[in-house]
Amino acid sequence: MTAELGHLALALAMLCGICLAVFPSLGVWRRDARLMAMATPAAYWQLLLVLLAFVCLIENFINHDFSIQLVASHSNRDLPFWYRVAASWGSHEGSMLLWILMLAAWTAALAALSGHLPQAMRARVLAVLGAVSIGFYLFALLTSNPFERVVPAPINGRDLNPLLQDPGMVFHPPLLYMGYVGFSVAFAFAIAGLIEGRFDSAWARWVRPWTNVAWGFLSLGICLGSFWAYYELGWGGWWFWDPVENASFMPWLTGTALIHSLAVTEKRGNFRSWTVLLAILSFSLSLLGTFLVRSGVLTSVHAFATDPTRGVFILMFLCIVIGGSLSLYAARAHSVQASQAYSLLSRESILLANNILMVVAMFAVLLGTLYPLILDSLDMGKISVGPPYFDAVFVPLMLPALFLMAVGPLSRWRDTPVLPLAQRMRWAFAASLVIALLLPLTADSDYKPMTALGLLMAFWVAGGVAMAAFENMKTPSGAVDLSRLALQPGSWWGMQLAHLGVAAFVLGVTLVNSYEIEIEKKLSPGDVLKIEEGLSLRYAETTARQGPNYEAIQVRFELIRDQKVVGELRPEKRRYKASNMVMTEAGIKRSVLGDLYISLGEAVDGGWVTRIQKKPAVNWIWIGVVMIGFGGFWAAADARYRRRRVNSLRASPSDASSKIGKVSG
Amino acid sequence: MSRWLKAGLPLLFFLVIAWFLLKGLDRNPREIPSPLINRAAPVAVLEALPRLDDRAQAIAFKDLIGQVWLLNVWGSWCSGCQIEHPLLNRLAAEKLIPIVGLAWKDAPAQSHEWLSRLGDPYTMVVMDLQGKAAIEWGVYGAPETFLIDKNNKVRYKHVGPLSLEIIDKELRPLIASLKQ
Repeated sequence: MTAELGHLALALAMLCGICLAVFPSLGVWRRDARLMAMATPAAYWQLLLVLLAFVCLIENFINHDFSIQLVASHSNRDLPFWYRVAASWGSHEGSMLLWILMLAAWTAALAALSGHLPQAMRARVLAVLGAVSIGFYLFALLTSNPFERVVPAPINGRDLNPLLQDPGMVFHPPLLYMGYVGFSVAFAFAIAGLIEGRFDSAWARWVRPWTNVAWGFLSLGICLGSFWAYYELGWGGWWFWDPVENASFMPWLTGTALIHSLAVTEKRGNFRSWTVLLAILSFSLSLLGTFLVRSGVLTSVHAFATDPTRGVFILMFLCIVIGGSLSLYAARAHSVQASQAYSLLSRESILLANNILMVVAMFAVLLGTLYPLILDSLDMGKISVGPPYFDAVFVPLMLPALFLMAVGPLSRWRDTPVLPLAQRMRWAFAASLVIALLLPLTADSDYKPMTALGLLMAFWVAGGVAMAAFENMKTPSGAVDLSRLALQPGSWWGMQLAHLGVAAFVLGVTLVNSYEIEIEKKLSPGDVLKIEEGLSLRYAETTARQGPNYEAIQVRFELIRDQKVVGELRPEKRRYKASNMVMTEAGIKRSVLGDLYISLGEAVDGGWVTRIQKKPAVNWIWIGVVMIGFGGFWAAADARYRRRRVNSLRASPSDASSKIGKVSG
Repeated sequence: MSRWLKAGLPLLFFLVIAWFLLKGLDRNPREIPSPLINRAAPVAVLEALPRLDDRAQAIAFKDLIGQVWLLNVWGSWCSGCQIEHPLLNRLAAEKLIPIVGLAWKDAPAQSHEWLSRLGDPYTMVVMDLQGKAAIEWGVYGAPETFLIDKNNKVRYKHVGPLSLEIIDKELRPLIASLKQ
């Protein structure tokens, strides 16, 4: 019965979504405060009902109700508890429900936290979110009902794809969807702003925390996906330029541009067209990602089972949402214009360059992702575009972005004289240059200019952060006072943390790309393999092991440094019983300095073709991205966003109140 | 007028993309006419390439003359190749015809890793590190598969991942008739 209850709850939630879209809009039109106020209960009830539907689905998975089509094809009696929970979003239908749940959660959060907004603006924003949700409800109920029954019910299920049986599956999709869907809030604000013709700094201040949080979640979601692919797919890569990875990366790029563009719109009133377009673009790209994964137009490891009807539906939805909002933009763009002058070298210019670089990078990724599809549509063949293309176009675009990243926070609005800026930054530049040139000399391998360039960028960005911190610690008398940093607002800390995260990320990427070692060798019990001077690996033993729903062959390797065993690695080959699929489980010894990564290939007469990789500093990639994500959260927690009852008319463009401790009531 | 154009540009761009997405919906990997069809296969360029394996030095391209054989263009970086790989493995297990692999712009270590992980259906593998042979063969992208007859003529080309249907309905009958 829970399935039917869930189905009913979902249908009722759609009614709430319709109420949310219709009544507040009517209220704005007829200036009826009571109708506008209906947005709040509609948003709350919607969340409650979707949550009920979602709990029903999870209950079906937990209690093995194989009469539900979804459970029968994505679960199994032997599947461990947490993977049964995660299996509920391991399918197209279930993940759609997760998407809807996230949208309902963001909508309810907005309803709860938007009391300080002007009533009409609040009603419009919530109505837009309601309208967007209707499309998703229709999609789920008409083409992808997660509660579909199957008669007769099978005795056991076909099991969740073994690749997905991992803790990553529990956290990666929810985090990623929080990010994807979170951009709907910025989108709704953009649409409401276009309708009202209002894009002042108060508007930007309302949007900023929501966008920062969504962007933070998206960063963490992508990071976790990359981390998961690294250890699960067994080949030690951390980014594959797979179409679906790209689908999550494109909204991240425009989202990055958006949070910077919003800063300009709030502080200076400029870049309004940029901000609106980027808000529309970020959410549109999230929707495009949904389309790409679910329509089967591209091949990808992530793709769900394909169904052309679904593709047509999402494409129609895409056209209505994206086409509609871009038409609105085209019609109202003239109302958006407003500009204050700024000189060629100013914080505005640097942020404009950032916007352009991010958007161009997004287009480069989009082109690479859609190129196979475009060629195919023109009858020119079916191809894959691989990492060589993406690396070739992406790195040159990111170099100037990294260079400007250190300069931007130190430059001034409107006009920054070149010489004083260069003087302030000369030590940071000299230090990063010296480190970048000398550090590669300490490595045993050949000197590669790209390594030095990568290091230069990493330390340059870090140097920019250090300079910003140092200048803020200086008292007017010239002394250095660490406690002065506490005066900086959350948005400052968030920005510096995120920028430092970028430095860590670039450092990790540079070191792992430059100095990774890869050995592939057939190893048998007792074999000792020298990895580098003083470090070797011994094949200790092979054991069989029973997992909850798989049987595994595990090889124990001992890591030997100077005749002493300093650690062990246990790579596995697993055969999942229900699906009879063989999975490679890598054995990894992690440290901040780098990983040793072992995966088993084919078994050959008593031993294994073994792939051993040494990956220096690889963990800094993910540490960096986690810092980036939390930077977004920290910035969103800035005290000035928490002020209630701001009189929006009095908020001035140059809001000088960005100091902690001035939380006025 | 130009203001309207500027404001409408994003919309226009989206419509172009939407059109391609729509076209993409009912697309399937399809047979692509190749100028090489019924022409001599450019084998010399393959012969000049380094071999990925050294185990099969016994087999050389001259041994293929007089046989019907398959050339499969792949790379460990290519997701479509992963899809067709099990089918190639099955085809190889039948020992129907020799399958020559052209590892296209792929690092040898990664090609090795790919084959040890997914199985090796190839009679031999040559490495096209620069992509020169692929140009000679008119390769659009990976994966692509060519069928070469006893007289060293290209008789068939498939662009994109092979499917069971294509192998059973197109390749097998053609191979059977070419072998006679």
